[in-house]
Amino acid sequence: MEKVLAGQTVQVDQEGYLIDPNQWNEEIARAIAAEEGIELTPRHMAVVKWIRETALSGKPLSIRTVKKSGVVDIKEFYQLFPGGPLKLSTKIAGVSKPKSCL
Amino acid sequence: MGKPKVKKMLFILSKSTLDSVYATFIMANGARAEGIECEIFFTFFGLDVIHKKRMKDIHIATVGNPGLHIPNIVGGLPGVEHLVSKMMMKQMEKLDIPPVDEFLEILSASGVKLWACKLAMEMFNLEREDLIDEVDGILTVGDFYTRMDDQNIHVLFV
Repeated sequence: MEKVLAGQTVQVDQEGYLIDPNQWNEEIARAIAAEEGIELTPRHMAVVKWIRETALSGKPLSIRTVKKSGVVDIKEFYQLFPGGPLKLSTKIAGVSKPKSCL
Repeated sequence: MGKPKVKKMLFILSKSTLDSVYATFIMANGARAEGIECEIFFTFFGLDVIHKKRMKDIHIATVGNPGLHIPNIVGGLPGVEHLVSKMMMKQMEKLDIPPVDEFLEILSASGVKLWACKLAMEMFNLEREDLIDEVDGILTVGDFYTRMDDQNIHVLFV
C-alpha cells in the first residue's frame, strides 16, 4: 500500500515496512522512528545504517549478529529500540522484517 | 498481526538436556525480541545450565529418547551421547545458534532475568559462587510467585 512519510510517497507492507529499500532516506527513517515513538540520535543512525548494510548484503540478522557487529552491544541495542529492537531497527532502516526465530 | 498482549513470560527450567535448554532459550530470546519481559527460574537439573563448570557438559539424552529414532541399546554405548550431542551442536552452529554460555550472556544482556531455585541449590549443595555471574539472584518459590505481579504473565514449566 502507499504511504506518505516525510512528504514522500512510498510503498509499504501491512506492517509498515518499506517494500523497496531504495525508497529509503534519512528523513523517511526519522518519520518511521517518530511513529514508533523514537527520536533518532546519531547513535540510532549508526546502528540503523549498519542494519541496512547487513540486510542489503543478504546476511541474516539475528541478535547474535548484532552482538558481533562491533557497532552496538546488546544492552545498548535494547535501550535504543525498546520493545523489539530487531523489528524496530529493520523497519526504520527500510529493510524487510527479519524472518529468523533468533 | 498486532502487538503481543502477553506482558511477561516466566520459564521454569527443571532439566538440563540440550533440547529442553535450547527450547527455553530460543523462546526467551524470542519473547524479548517481541518486547515481552522474560525471566527464567532454574531448578533441579536445570541448575546445571547456570553452573560454571557443568554448563559445558549440556548434552542430548540418547537413551529413552524416542525422538532420536535409535535403539536404546545403541544410545547407551560409550561415546554415543557425546557424538550425537556434538553433531547436533555443529548443526546449530551452522544456523548461528549460540552455545550455552554465549546464549546466557545474550539473554542476560537482552534483559532476561536469570534466577536460581534456593531449595534445589541446597539439595545439590551449591553456593552462589558455583553459578555464573549473570545469575540475578537465588529465589524461594514464594519469591518466584511475587514475579507474577501483574496481569498477562504466563508461566511455562520445561
